[in-house]
Amino acid sequence: MAKIIVVTSGKGGVGKTTTSAAIGTGLALKGHKTVIVDFDIGLRNLDLIMGCERRVVYDFVNVINNEANLKQALIKDKRLENLFILPASQTRDKDALHKEGVERVLNELSEEFEFIICDSPAGIESGAMMALYFADEAIVVTNPEVSSVRDSDRILGMLSSKSRRAEQGLPGIKEHLLLTRYNPERVQKGEMLSVDDVNEILAIKLLGVIPESQAVLNASNSGQPVILDTESDAGQAYLDTVARLLGENVQFRFLNVEKKGLLKRIFGG
Amino acid sequence: MSLLDYFRSSKKNTANQAKERLQIIVAHERRRRTSPDYLPQLERDILEVIRKYVDIADDQVSVTLEKSSDELSVLELNVTFPEDKRQGS
Repeated sequence: MAKIIVVTSGKGGVGKTTTSAAIGTGLALKGHKTVIVDFDIGLRNLDLIMGCERRVVYDFVNVINNEANLKQALIKDKRLENLFILPASQTRDKDALHKEGVERVLNELSEEFEFIICDSPAGIESGAMMALYFADEAIVVTNPEVSSVRDSDRILGMLSSKSRRAEQGLPGIKEHLLLTRYNPERVQKGEMLSVDDVNEILAIKLLGVIPESQAVLNASNSGQPVILDTESDAGQAYLDTVARLLGENVQFRFLNVEKKGLLKRIFGG
Repeated sequence: MSLLDYFRSSKKNTANQAKERLQIIVAHERRRRTSPDYLPQLERDILEVIRKYVDIADDQVSVTLEKSSDELSVLELNVTFPEDKRQGS
């Protein structure tokens, strides 16, 4: 049985797809057979972030509608042996995903994979609800900013009431907080909510803190999940996050302002 | 106080404002979430009844339902009467 993990947030643009790509890739790096499923029907983007946009032939909705089988739709990652992507469809049909179909596909994936990462669309419409419905664990991606924190709290409410686990009276979804686009300089100046602030408000277990980083845009530009950029702060922070997700005890990094020497300031690094 | 200090102190710590605002709105929305759907209408109805006697604003009535155990829920009604508008019996 695979572990189903939804990457969700409520608010758009906080880094769900970046996170799904990074964490899925990270789990595969650690030797776990992983599939990342794009639930953002109509606005598919996971393929671009993973750098496989030109290899999409069939998609999630094709499989649900029995127009293709899973084997045809799954895209095998070119870098990692045990990493696969199930792309979203570009249809405008909002009801393309339905519980029975999603359940059947997830069950089938579950037989072959250890981890299923569900990349949720923004909002609280049906796509987002489908992405979280079958989840065992949830990674709530949050920016240290008022609207993102509020929407994350809203999504936490959905996780505890609208999921399969909630409806069937099973133990609840395990919730993790992932704080992204964190800027320690601004936190120090009192211009940004700190990790502790957000943690205090949302009151769920902190899984990771990803610093605001130029590496993220560079990674998406080139279609390489940022976790593969192991030199970068964001890449390293995602590696730590994946280790924690797997139960390792890893200290948090990148929370405080790094003291840079003059040469480092000039030449970077 | 130097001129520089003046500018520094006038610059507010916006992170604290964000935190305070979030704590209030998140607590409010969580209460909403866990309370029955009829509560907002109940609140409006109670407001209407009180308005028959006292002139109060929308935000001067708050109704919360708190579940204290599996068998007991407590409906708490809070009405703030304006000091000068309080009427005799």
